[in-house]
Amino acid sequence: MSDVTTPTAVVSLRGVSHSYGAVRALVDVDLDVQPHEVVAIVGDNGAGKSTLVSVLAGALVPDSGEVVVGGQEIQLTSPGLARHLGIATVFQDLALCEHLDVVENLFLGQEIRRGPFLDEVAMEREAWRLLGQLAVRLPSVRSSVSTLSGGQRQAVAVARALLGEPRVLVLDEPTASLGVTQTAEVLNLVERVRDQGYGVVVVSHNMTDVQAVADRVVVLRRGRLNGEFDADTASYEEIIAAITGAAPRPGEGRS
Amino acid sequence: MSWGTSVGGRPMGGVGPGSGPRTWRNPGTSWRDALRNGTDGGYGPVLAALVVLALVFQAANPNFLSADNLVNLSLQVSSIGVMALGMVLVLLVGQVDLSVGAVSGLAAAIVAVGAVHQGWPLAVALLVAVVAGAAIGAGYGWVFTRLGVPSFVLTLAGLLVCQGLQERVLGATGSITLPFDSSLVRFSQQTFLPAALAYGLVIAVLGVSVGLRLNERRRRVQAELPVEPLRPGLVRWAVIGAVVIGSTWYLNLNRGVGASFALFLTLVVGADVLLRRTRWGRSVRAVGSNVGSAHRAGFAVRRVYVATFTACAGLAALGGVLAAGRLAAANQGTGGSDTNLTVIAAAVIGGTSLFGGRGSAWSALLGALVIGSISSGLTLLNLDEAPRYIVTGMVLALAVTVDALGRRRASAAER
Repeated sequence: MSDVTTPTAVVSLRGVSHSYGAVRALVDVDLDVQPHEVVAIVGDNGAGKSTLVSVLAGALVPDSGEVVVGGQEIQLTSPGLARHLGIATVFQDLALCEHLDVVENLFLGQEIRRGPFLDEVAMEREAWRLLGQLAVRLPSVRSSVSTLSGGQRQAVAVARALLGEPRVLVLDEPTASLGVTQTAEVLNLVERVRDQGYGVVVVSHNMTDVQAVADRVVVLRRGRLNGEFDADTASYEEIIAAITGAAPRPGEGRS
Repeated sequence: MSWGTSVGGRPMGGVGPGSGPRTWRNPGTSWRDALRNGTDGGYGPVLAALVVLALVFQAANPNFLSADNLVNLSLQVSSIGVMALGMVLVLLVGQVDLSVGAVSGLAAAIVAVGAVHQGWPLAVALLVAVVAGAAIGAGYGWVFTRLGVPSFVLTLAGLLVCQGLQERVLGATGSITLPFDSSLVRFSQQTFLPAALAYGLVIAVLGVSVGLRLNERRRRVQAELPVEPLRPGLVRWAVIGAVVIGSTWYLNLNRGVGASFALFLTLVVGADVLLRRTRWGRSVRAVGSNVGSAHRAGFAVRRVYVATFTACAGLAALGGVLAAGRLAAANQGTGGSDTNLTVIAAAVIGGTSLFGGRGSAWSALLGALVIGSISSGLTLLNLDEAPRYIVTGMVLALAVTVDALGRRRASAAER
């Protein structure tokens, strides 16, 4: 798998390991995220997916291993630093404020001001631009988030993540609580984000979604990489086997 | 991928998620929407309540809408209104302060004792009272944010402490009369804005408001953002202007716009600007809506809590000082009995949600006017406190129902 490493990777993990007490959540994990690519990280419950997301988001400093951003080895010591370096994470709960409208949520904590006052016009203009770019259509950017569907909320959260011009977008279970139509919309959105040149990491345990949207599928099992597949050629059974550990994958790399 | 072609050409929300499953829940502008809007920036229900109250009480006693009575009403609501404004801030962050009445009583006692017994200059006494109130609020904020004690119990404990302090400050007699020539009494009872000044201020505020909105509209047009049609907006502002200028004129038929009422209105306008137009206001609403999200968005959540508790208790103290001035006395009953609930009722009736995140500064004015109208109307009918409690309680129950319906509707849309 080492030949996968290319200098163009926007974010890479090198030999990342982390333990919670006696529980080894991540063991020697390598991961490369290229621009223009959707990497799906799949695995059973407790496989280490959430820990991996936390490491990428800067919410967790791993016991050992490196995070390489733009060719430079960096300690991601805080979520703020990760965001600053261009890793935007959308957590599963989206971190939106339901009573606030779309524009207010998009700029939450990074409002544009004119003197001491908020510049609603500039923020709304930017919101339309951003949502238009993602082809997200909402009834109004001034309707409160509580009136939006789950898919629309996910779209707002993704748009907010893209506001800081990141290089990589990390989505934690983006479709977990969505219905069929909304799932399709979010997957569309993920593709559009990729087509704009971002690297996208999607953490999911829904294989249908993963096969629909991913270019590459990375399987985690008990904290270890247990296979990496090309989403176009790998079969559902192969990936499930790697997730459950039913059969070792001949030919595919086991680290 | 196949998904791309199935929905890709169709923009989100246009057809798929928005209208599909939501049509049965969201059938356009129903009465439920109207109710919900009442707690979401629209003032329809509370304005309707004011009109109904005015008509009912006017029918029962033709003096109700007299200029004299309305001037009295405006003076009466100032104290409760200032306190309700503080309550709005605390409710917006999803907390509550049950000790505003006791804090106001303590502040009244401090002013009276300081000015009358200690011979402090009135300004000093006033400052000490308000700072003491704010310090109590800051204490709540500190304990709440550092130790995680629920504000409900914390402020209930504070209520007892403040009542005890109030009695201790008042001393053995338990009642202090402020001299009628005291400037606090004069300010609260007898000082009215000269008519020219009142009109000038009203027109200036209206002019600035309309001017700012027109400017924003111009910038929106420049930025090619959607704009409301011009005419309905102008009509709305013409109506607002007519009502406000008409009220000023009507009050000036009698004594005019009271200084304490003018102070209250100034605080409301200031708080409204803070809440709607500044980053601080945004942080308040964000914290009340979802603390976790606000924290992750980078807001200093603890500081927001401390600031709102401090402002609430500080405003409660100011309200107590105004009450002492209007009654020209401070005693053990000041800020007692139903003051707490009246203040919370005013904020909620005005449209501020008990559940955090929704509300506005104007709800303090509108709610205080409703409460004050009920009180004044029933007094004119020579009814005692019993029916006042009953009617106020029922109006409060109605307001909370509206609030809960709005919340249920919001969480239904979430599912």
